[in-house]
Amino acid sequence: MENGTVLSMRNISKYFPGVKALQNVDFNLRRGEIHALMGENGAGKSTLIKVITGVYPKDAGQIFIDGYEGEVSIRSPQEAQNHGISTVYQEITLCPNLTVAENMFIGRGEYKTVNWKEMDKKAGALLDNLGIPARPKQQLGSCSLAVQQMVAIARAVDTECKVLILDEPTSSLDDKEVAMLFKLMRDLKARGVGIIFVTHFLEQVYEVCDRITVLRNGELVGEYEIENLPQVELVAKMMGKELEGLSDLKAGERPANTGTPVYEAAGLSSSDARPFDFRIAKGEVNGFTGLLGSGRSESVRAIFGADRVTGGEVKVNGKSVKINKPFDAMKQGIGYLPEDRKRDGIIADLSVRDNIILALQVMKGFFKPLSAAEKEKFADEYIKALGIKTASADTLIKSLSGGNQQKVILARWLLTHPSYLILDEPTRGIDIGTKTEIQRLVLKLAEEGVSVTFISSEIEEMLRTCSRLIVMRDRNIVGELNGSELTQEHVMRTIAGGVE
Amino acid sequence: MARKGSLAARLRSEYSQLLVPLIAIVLIVVFNLIRDPGFFSISVAQNNLGNAVLQGNLISILNGASELAVLAMGMTLVTAACGGQDISVGAVAAIAGSVFVKILRAGATITPLTVALGIVSCCLVAMLFASFSGVLVAVFKIQPMIATLILYTCGRSIAYWINGGATPTVDSPIITGIGSFIPGVPVPTPILIVALMAVIFGLIFKFTNLRLYVQTVGINQGAARLNGINAVGIKLLTFVLLGACCSVAGVIGVSRLSLINHETLLLDVEMDAILAVAIGGNLLGGGKFKMVGSVLGAYAIQALTITLYAMKVPSTDIKAYKAIVIILIVAVGSPVVKEKSAQLWKKLTGKGASGRIRREAA
Repeated sequence: MENGTVLSMRNISKYFPGVKALQNVDFNLRRGEIHALMGENGAGKSTLIKVITGVYPKDAGQIFIDGYEGEVSIRSPQEAQNHGISTVYQEITLCPNLTVAENMFIGRGEYKTVNWKEMDKKAGALLDNLGIPARPKQQLGSCSLAVQQMVAIARAVDTECKVLILDEPTSSLDDKEVAMLFKLMRDLKARGVGIIFVTHFLEQVYEVCDRITVLRNGELVGEYEIENLPQVELVAKMMGKELEGLSDLKAGERPANTGTPVYEAAGLSSSDARPFDFRIAKGEVNGFTGLLGSGRSESVRAIFGADRVTGGEVKVNGKSVKINKPFDAMKQGIGYLPEDRKRDGIIADLSVRDNIILALQVMKGFFKPLSAAEKEKFADEYIKALGIKTASADTLIKSLSGGNQQKVILARWLLTHPSYLILDEPTRGIDIGTKTEIQRLVLKLAEEGVSVTFISSEIEEMLRTCSRLIVMRDRNIVGELNGSELTQEHVMRTIAGGVE
Repeated sequence: MARKGSLAARLRSEYSQLLVPLIAIVLIVVFNLIRDPGFFSISVAQNNLGNAVLQGNLISILNGASELAVLAMGMTLVTAACGGQDISVGAVAAIAGSVFVKILRAGATITPLTVALGIVSCCLVAMLFASFSGVLVAVFKIQPMIATLILYTCGRSIAYWINGGATPTVDSPIITGIGSFIPGVPVPTPILIVALMAVIFGLIFKFTNLRLYVQTVGINQGAARLNGINAVGIKLLTFVLLGACCSVAGVIGVSRLSLINHETLLLDVEMDAILAVAIGGNLLGGGKFKMVGSVLGAYAIQALTITLYAMKVPSTDIKAYKAIVIILIVAVGSPVVKEKSAQLWKKLTGKGASGRIRREAA
């Protein structure tokens, strides 16, 4: 192990059924550095973190930690802690109704009986030492989110901490709070702690980090010194290009964006999306692009009525309609494949057949169940048409691989014969073969006159399938790219926002 | 061959959960047959009205479990959709029974018309009370057990008010007909009512999407909404249907004794109803369900009770013995035991499978 390195991971691999979550990934963390771990959805960031912290066992590879002879094995979060690895998660996992001091010390097994006075004193000293603006006896819940976050960090680093992992710590903080947190991070860095910083805010990476490791599709893209990697290049590395074999797949002669739009929205907003205008023509494939958290998913959820719609005019085929809930959208011929397949898409304990017929059945109505024969026919037809690999239509969908689950959800919406289909990250976390099939399917649908909105974290995929890209940054639309503007370079510049 | 395989898979996935209640019933039956080979013999006897009727322990079990079976049907739906249980079913049944008696006593004589009116109105009242709990659960997102604690606590007081604190009797051959036997029919009427309810639910499942919607909401409410299902409405509906079941149970209970005792009518039945759902292999956390399993569970519980009575176990001790058997049943159906037995099964059949592969290779 190199001198000054505190954590070194070699050739780490991790497989899940049907998915290679990590393949031969190397990762090195130096003492006293802040190291950004970057990547889009499904890149393998969280899997890597879970391997480091012992949540997942690795399938291959080696981990070395400063101060330990040879390879170490980390089989549980407790073992990770014992090796000096601490984690602070995005959601604060402390108890808001206990005091700051209690939160810092309780459950650590150091005290058989609690000496409250001594505990408060120790906590006070540590808080002072780290410059955290909180009193030991204060209820944690009465502190701001940033301070709670910092208390969580204080708890983490009080033990012999060599490696501190911060997983999206800033996502619910405002600018001032972020500045406070960064100060603490720099302090800890000066004390020699190696910090792994996971975030999707590019500016923050450039503000506080020393080095960047980029992952994509479970593979290592590279490890870079921050000054050698301009923002645009970082975006390029994260979104990347791949799948050389797909170069034949070109959107080709796509219909011009004319005529009455199939769907048109003006000033549409929801509880999660800022007002935006949008239209899509018959047979058009367009895309919302931007980094994770840019508002791309929230926008399409507003179109489908998935979140609470707060305003805006919507027209379908030129006629004014109200879409306040998913069922309204379905009646207008809109289908929506959600971003998080596991949470929002599949009905895990139902059969493949029931999952396929679900949307059609709901559209037919509560009192008009499909006959067993019809269900059988539809399910078999779409299992065959999309090449869904399943033992039978009775198999529970949860036992299928990710790619096949996704095909089932696609089948569900295709069965309703939508005129406008929204696909949010349909290719996320699934194998390359299925990714290709889904992209081809999108183009075929467009040829048949279906309008499609396609969202992907992989820019190449978007360029291959979309004839128009709407670019979002920080929850606003910052550009709309057509025709000759649809180049990787141009898209990334727009996403990165004019910064060099 | 492939077809056969898929059929076997289908049977396994569809009906495997009925294994636990069936095993429980079989064990109780075998135990009784060893103890007393004539335990389940059915005889024809004359009752005091001079009708030829069926008698025997088997009939007592089927008859005695009727209220529980009907409540278990409704409880299954609430459990599946809401992932929680209604602990106010006994209280709501007492309210329904009180309303039933109130209506019957409103007229000078009890005619078929007043009985019909009584049944309809007590059903409506029970559905109204159940939908109160339903709104708390579905709209206000209160945990079912907490939401129904309200009616569990005050339901019997409400029942008390309905008849002014009295426990009035209703004396009519029609009521006796509902509670015991219809002249000329040898089977106790409550058993027929359970059969009727089973048919009604069967028809509901056949002609509506209740099963699909309830299961979808129970498994993944968020996804159900994204597929256009009104999850709130479905949860509410399950409570309303349970309310209807409560009223049926209340009517049976009242008719058995020809009186309403709001304090004792179906006392402590809610825990047995929940237990019936659990023994039936249904997940108390919601999702997929088999109503047949819950009904079998209800019969298993009643069979156990009757067995213990037949063994002359003092009635004060019965609950303790019941608890022991329940521990066994629930442990057998627990995920840990299931997983272990599945592993064992795999080990046993795994050998067989590799043997087959070897043969095929040869």
